[in-house]
Parts: sequence; structure tokens; C-alpha cells
Amino acid sequence: MSTTTRAAPRGYIQPRAGFLYRRAVNVLMLTLTGVATLLALVPLVWIVVYVLITGGKYINLDLFVRMPVALGDPGGGVLPALEGTIITTVLSTLFSVPVAVLAAFYAADHANTPLGIAIRFGTDVLAGVPSIVIGLFGYALIVVPQGHYSALAAGVAVGIVMLPTVTRTTEEMLKLVPKSLREGSLALGAPEWVTSLRVVLPAAASGVVTGVMLAIARGVGETAPLLFTALGNDRYEVGQIITSGVQGHLPFLTILNRIIDQPVDGLTLTMWKYAQQPFPERIQQAWAVALVLMLFVLLTNIVVRWVVTRNRVAGH
Amino acid sequence: MAKADTPRNGFDLRRWWRHGDAAWSGIVIAMAFFVLVIMIAIGWSVWSASADSRAAFGWSFVAPTSDSNWDPVNSLFQAWPIITGTLTTAIITIFLATPISIAIAIFMSELCPLWLRQPLSFMIEMLAAIPSVVYGLWGIFVFLPKVVAPFGQFLGATFGWLPLLAGSIPPSGTSRLAASLILTIMVTPTITAVTRDVLLAIPNSQREAALAIGATRWEMIWQVLLPYGLSGMLGAIILGLGRALGETMAVTMVIGNNTVESTGSLLVPGATLASTIANEFAEAVTKLHTSALIELGLILFVITLILNMIARLLVWRVASLVPTDSRA
Repeated sequence: MSTTTRAAPRGYIQPRAGFLYRRAVNVLMLTLTGVATLLALVPLVWIVVYVLITGGKYINLDLFVRMPVALGDPGGGVLPALEGTIITTVLSTLFSVPVAVLAAFYAADHANTPLGIAIRFGTDVLAGVPSIVIGLFGYALIVVPQGHYSALAAGVAVGIVMLPTVTRTTEEMLKLVPKSLREGSLALGAPEWVTSLRVVLPAAASGVVTGVMLAIARGVGETAPLLFTALGNDRYEVGQIITSGVQGHLPFLTILNRIIDQPVDGLTLTMWKYAQQPFPERIQQAWAVALVLMLFVLLTNIVVRWVVTRNRVAGH
Repeated sequence: MAKADTPRNGFDLRRWWRHGDAAWSGIVIAMAFFVLVIMIAIGWSVWSASADSRAAFGWSFVAPTSDSNWDPVNSLFQAWPIITGTLTTAIITIFLATPISIAIAIFMSELCPLWLRQPLSFMIEMLAAIPSVVYGLWGIFVFLPKVVAPFGQFLGATFGWLPLLAGSIPPSGTSRLAASLILTIMVTPTITAVTRDVLLAIPNSQREAALAIGATRWEMIWQVLLPYGLSGMLGAIILGLGRALGETMAVTMVIGNNTVESTGSLLVPGATLASTIANEFAEAVTKLHTSALIELGLILFVITLILNMIARLLVWRVASLVPTDSRA
């Protein structure tokens, strides 16, 4: 790379080769960058189209409303996985969003203090910690002391995976809120916390929601943190837990506890298990689940992107 | 204003508002610390949960050996082939992904028309958004039989004399090569996104100066932009390396999970730290096996932590040297 630069005396360009040669290199290399871009789009198109076609062939309503059937039998669905994913996602969102948003307030307000820098650095580094290590953390933190796998442990693990995304987007959004809004509120006599919650946060709300949506899209697609926290449970049925709880006149909290305090399944977990089984029905269901997951993730990203672009255009 | 001073219903609203500030800043600082505490807690938990394994094997767990064992039945665990498998797949991944990613970033920041830039970076980001397990499924049933197996056979037949490409690829295609190729697809968006941001942060005066003294566009990119953004791009590559090391599901599904393979060839099934944990954790019956798997997690955590810290410092340095709005 630097041989050409070093050969030329500093201060003026000394072409080491003829003009035609330089033009040819220019055209060749610029074309190669375009080719590389096309090359990267090949797997994207391949995966998306293949999953759409294959998953589309095997998707049906039963998949979402029926319990799994015995191995090798046709039919059945992945209701436990769908419910497990929803429960885990709700828990992880409840866990991560308040923490992330409040930490982002600190990072945005104290950008240049040691703690502020440490938080931004910490969240960036946390984003790079492999999700399987975070799964081990959930295992050591909750599963081992409790003695059993649970949706709660999965929610905490996935929540930690989501945390950096929400913190960094929220922080960026809070920084974009004009200082005058904040100062106006403070000048009117509102205390700091009212200003933050009633003026700054609503002004940044759409951006925060964007970050939360992206984090949910990431959390739903995670498998590794679920392996040793949710474990999998193909008999899990929230409707049945609620019905039997209501019939038994159990308190609300007991029913809630039953929902979150036992092993659950997840869409990604089910895909992973089904893909390794030698039964074509299971593999077909894995493709159908892949379609659902992929569509959810892609559509979330597209909608978020569309809203952000529209807001940006409207703001100018 | 005076009205607000008088207690309403025995409840002094203004005082309550004031006290809210102390509580608010307390909560905000607590949450800020909490994010940092999580990092320390992760490290501490994998450290303490692997105590059994560390006590039983000490440094021999990670020591290089040629006759190494990963033998759950006899409770003998030596991770060397797993560590080398992880490093081999990740480094091959980086070798493949870096030129492609930098080329894409150059295309996006320097060449493509403005209207194309947003859709293009969106599509590249979508590669990172597709769940890892979907890559794995596609890998097993489409990519491995259609691309990796024939490509591996070709490599083995042509370059079999290289130790890196010795042996022959299984017909299913499960191999370190498969893992590297899938990882290449998965880390390309990471390296591309950061490199593109680094390139876009370089002031236009640099480009104009190079073009004004007669450089071709490529000479401007190669001799001015790339050296200028070098440390940021290095950060991007290290971030990609971190992601390649820790990626779990897709790798587990295509690498074959052979934890004792120590020839180092790309064409045979191997294992990575993450894939071994994912593959064996549910089946681990002895406490020592679980503990040994968590120690693999500890190694992975330490490596990725260090890499990410270096990478972030490099990227941050570039970001602070170059004002981001300088490119008008």
C-alpha cells in the first residue's frame, strides 16, 4: 500500500507509471468494489428468497395454534415456542428498557464525566460480548440458585443482550433534543426530573421507540442465551395455565409466577432442535418458523427505517 | 406562585417536586452504574462457576498439546483443539471478510450515487439482522451441499498439499471451512458499517487535495483515504473478529462439533469455544463437565472483552480526531 507513496518525494505527485496504466488500475479497482458489493448481496437475496419459498410452502395456521405432535407424525404446531418467545420478549423488554433509558439519561447529560464515558464505553463493549456468554451468566445468576430453568432467567439474559442497543439509541436521541426545550422547562420552575420525564423524554420518544423495536428484533432472533436459561418445554401452554389457575381461584400473582417460573420454549430454540432431527415434518416446520422469524426481523427493521427517514425528512 | 407553597390536602407538592430531583439523580446514577456492574458480574459469574474445572486442570486446560483430550466420559478436559479451532475459523473469516467489507465501504462512501447509499447500507445491515439460527438452517440444507462441499472438494484436490487444506471434506460439507464461509457473510456487515462511517468522517479537503494534484480516484482512495482511516478500519476489523469468535448458533450447526480434531485443517469438522458450549451444555451430566464448559465461556469472555476494548478505543480515537459533520 505504502510503497507507491514512499517512492514519490513528498510534496508533489510523481507518477510511477504511464497515464493509461493508472487509468486502467483505477477502472479495475473501482469495478472490483462494485463487484464486492454485488457479491455481498448474493447471500442476502439467496437466504431471503429461499426462506420465503421454502417456509411459504410449509407455513399454515396450525403452526401457531397447535401443540407439537409426536415425533414423526405429520401436523401439529409450535404454539409453546410462540408463547415462550412472546413471554421471554416481554420480560426482557420490561427488564432492559427502564435500565437502558435511565442509564442513557446519565450518559447524555454527563457525556464528558468519567462515569459518562465509562457507561458509553461499557455499553459498547457489552454489545460485543458473545450472547452465549450472557446465557452462561443467566444460568449462573438465576438457574443455579433457583435450581430450575425458567422464562425469567431467559428474560434477564435476552434483556442484557438488548441493553446496549436501547442505551446507545436512546442516548443519541436524547442528545438531539434541543437544549432550549430543556432550559425553557427549567426556567418555568420545573425540577430536573420533571423536565427529563415530561419534556425531554417525550421529545425523544419516537427515537427511543425505534431503539426498543430494533432491540426486540435482535432479542427475538437470539438463540444462544436461551439454551441454558429457557431450556425448552414443548408442553408449555399459557392459555392452559391461566384457565386452570382461574378455575382453581388462584391469586393473580401465583398464575403469573407459574407462567414465568418454568422452562419455556422459543421459536429460535425450536428451529435449532428441529433442524437436527431426521424427520422431514420437523424440518419443514423449522423452515416455516424461519420464515416467521425472518419476516418479523426484516419488517421491523424496514418499518423502523421508514419511520426514521420520514421523520428526518419532515424535520428539515 | 405563592399558592403552590401552601400544602394542598396536606401534601406539599413543591417540596415533593424538589425531593424528586435527589431521587431522580440517584436512580439515574444507579442505573448507569448498573450497566457497568453487569459487565463485572458476567466476568465474576463465569469465573466462579468454572472454579471446579480451574481447580482440577489448572493451566493444562489451555496448554498446547498434540494428544489433547476432550473426554466427558473420563472427565478429562483439555481445550487446546477447541481454542485453535476457534482461532483458525475466526482468522480465515477475517482474511475473507476484510477485503470484501472494505471494498463495499469504499463503494458506498465514494462511488455509488447518493440515492443508492441508504438502500445499499440498509441491505448490508439486513445481513446482520437475520437471526443466526436462520443462517444455520440455510447453511445445513442449502449452502453446505450446494457451495461448501464442492468448493471444499476442489480445494482439497488442488491444494491438498497445504496442511491447512489437508484431508477431505465430508459429503455433508460440515467443516471449519463451512463455519468460516458462513461467518464471512455474518461479519461483513459489521466491518462494512464501521469502515463506511470512518471513510465518511474523513474531511473532504483530503479528497479534493489528492484529486487536485492529479491522483486518479483509486489513487486518492488507496493513498490518501485508507491510510487516513487506517486505525478506525483496524478497529472495525477487530470488532468483526470479536463477532466471529463469539458467534454461536450458525457455527454450531455447520462445523461438525469435533472437539478432539487437532490437525488444523479447514476441510475437517472442528469445534469452536461457543459451539462446544452450545452443543454439550444440555448433555453435561457431571458437574466437572458443566464447569469445564463454563471455563470455555470464561476464555471466550476474556478474549472478546480485550478485543472489543481495543477496537472501541481505535474507533473512538478516529471519531474524536475527525469531527463527524466535517463532510458537508
